[in-house]
Amino acid sequence: MMLKLIATRLLGALPNIAGVIVITFVLTRALPGDPAAYFAGGAATQEAIEQVRRQLGLDKPLLEQFFDYLGALARGDLGLSLTTGQPVLQELLQRLPASLELVFVALVLACAVALPLGVLAATRPGSWIDQLCRIVTTAGVSLPTFFTGLLLAYVFYFLLGWAPSPLGRLDPMFSPPPQVTGLYVVDGLLAGEPGLAWAALKQLVLPVVTMALFVLAPIARMTRASMLAVLSSDFVRTARASGLSQGTVLVTYALRNALLPVVTTLGMVFGFMLGSSVIVEKVFAWPGVGSYAIDALTASDYAPVQGFVLAMGILFVLLNLLVDVLYVLIDPRVEVNA
Amino acid sequence: MSAADPAKPPAAEPALPGRWRAAPSGESERQRAWGLHVRHVLSENPITLLAALMFALLVFLALFGPYIVPHDPLASNAAVALQPPSAQHWFGTDALGRDIFSRVIVATRLDLGIAVSAVAASFLIGMPLGLAAGFFGGWWDRIVSRLSDTIMAFPLFVLAMGIVAALGNTVGNIVLATAVINLPFYIRVARAEANVRRNAGWVEAARLSGNSDWRILARHLFPNALPPAMVQLSLNMGWAILNAAGLSFIGLGVRPPDPEWGILVAEGAQFIVSGEWWVSLFPGGMLMLAVFTFNLLGDALRDIFDPRRRT
Repeated sequence: MMLKLIATRLLGALPNIAGVIVITFVLTRALPGDPAAYFAGGAATQEAIEQVRRQLGLDKPLLEQFFDYLGALARGDLGLSLTTGQPVLQELLQRLPASLELVFVALVLACAVALPLGVLAATRPGSWIDQLCRIVTTAGVSLPTFFTGLLLAYVFYFLLGWAPSPLGRLDPMFSPPPQVTGLYVVDGLLAGEPGLAWAALKQLVLPVVTMALFVLAPIARMTRASMLAVLSSDFVRTARASGLSQGTVLVTYALRNALLPVVTTLGMVFGFMLGSSVIVEKVFAWPGVGSYAIDALTASDYAPVQGFVLAMGILFVLLNLLVDVLYVLIDPRVEVNA
Repeated sequence: MSAADPAKPPAAEPALPGRWRAAPSGESERQRAWGLHVRHVLSENPITLLAALMFALLVFLALFGPYIVPHDPLASNAAVALQPPSAQHWFGTDALGRDIFSRVIVATRLDLGIAVSAVAASFLIGMPLGLAAGFFGGWWDRIVSRLSDTIMAFPLFVLAMGIVAALGNTVGNIVLATAVINLPFYIRVARAEANVRRNAGWVEAARLSGNSDWRILARHLFPNALPPAMVQLSLNMGWAILNAAGLSFIGLGVRPPDPEWGILVAEGAQFIVSGEWWVSLFPGGMLMLAVFTFNLLGDALRDIFDPRRRT
């Protein structure tokens, strides 16, 4: 039964993938000016431009171009980067672990702070912790990530000297560990170099905190709201009236039910994070896919930007799918209904 | 749910400002009740009043900023480059000796201008699309919903990057990209409002008295969808400012030397590690205050229009 539900969710994600591909295709064909003239170079003659147009298939009808595009995607061909001359897909895959490391560690940190904060605020409405939660949720969504990032860098690197130089994933003293997972901290430990893992962890702290501060707000807000709703429901009152301990009521009865809407918000939170990771990567010179796209943008190199938009779109659809599946797995009512 | 209950006749709805809904009787009575409610919301949360004052200040700076700043925001002077805040230069000077205070103030117009035009565009396009989708249903609904789902299938900031990169690096395209990524929110609000009301008694009554579908949409359903849309509008403003500033921070849209908060922060980013904090942190702080103002206003509007949805 559960497998069937998960399969339904999988099918439901297909139109979104299709939508992402169509939009990315439209964006590739909407390049400023004539793409053929652009790829032929500034000094190209009219014939050379026509030749490039035929080579790129830009003289074909739009529908045929779309199927060519699909075919290229199926082969994993996202084009070549003009600045580095490397296939875009290969470069994206090479840099993806750095971005994912940032996103997932920040998510774990944000949840670790936001969930208890939301629960405490809901159990003591009007108390100082509720006020704190209110301030955090309102301020959190107003903070531009680049502002928080720079502020943290100024305070913890320049003033206090606690953090290492906020540039890149690793102090230039170290060389990257042999790649196993692509996550430097884990790879460093696997390679038996705790010093390297420690250095990588220190580099990770500021960007991760910057990002966590940004997504703390929606998670805490949703936890508080849904905890409040659950705590005033009949089954919690019954549980209390039956003399169950405060801890049992809060965790087993209330929190488990309150988490469901929070899990749903995680989809939106992932969207925020993938977007803000671009900015955080620029602030901290983090060599992920976001800074790759920015570098390409600055150099008017469009294939990497388009590859990046497509990759982020598909990644986001997959993460949403993961959230949906997680929801099915933790919702205690699914089995009853099915 | 919105303030208006579809089951009751329009006369029993909570009072809305008179210009949105002509009240046949008890106009002054109703306005008095409305005024009391607004005052109650304001007194319960004094921060709202602060937000309203901040908002007035922002509008003033956007309108008159260029005429009141102490220095020319574009005039560079190498003799006073990178100076910390002083009586002469309140926010210090940047690497070219330009006065940061003047640049931050003058930037207000561009930042608010981008956000207002983008949000207005999403509102003007999204509301009719959403209302029609919710009211007519069928294939029209399927197309509009698919469109908004497809936009939402992207991380929105990334989609905005892609749009600006594809269409060209101009301020106009920043507005367009910001409008596109905000569109789904209005479509969803309007669709939901039209959907729950399309079979309400007063809609039937309006139809029976000879109103066309489009007239019902414009004159009867649109005013009902306005309160939640206004809340969305205010929350979106903050978000649109953040988004536009983020795009120019990564080098899209606004070109130097035009002052804009995102670019000003980007220009100062390299000086943070050497301790010249004022170049980035003043424009960043101003940006944060502006976004904060709009978010607080959005919360306040929600409290005023829909007390039940408070969190």
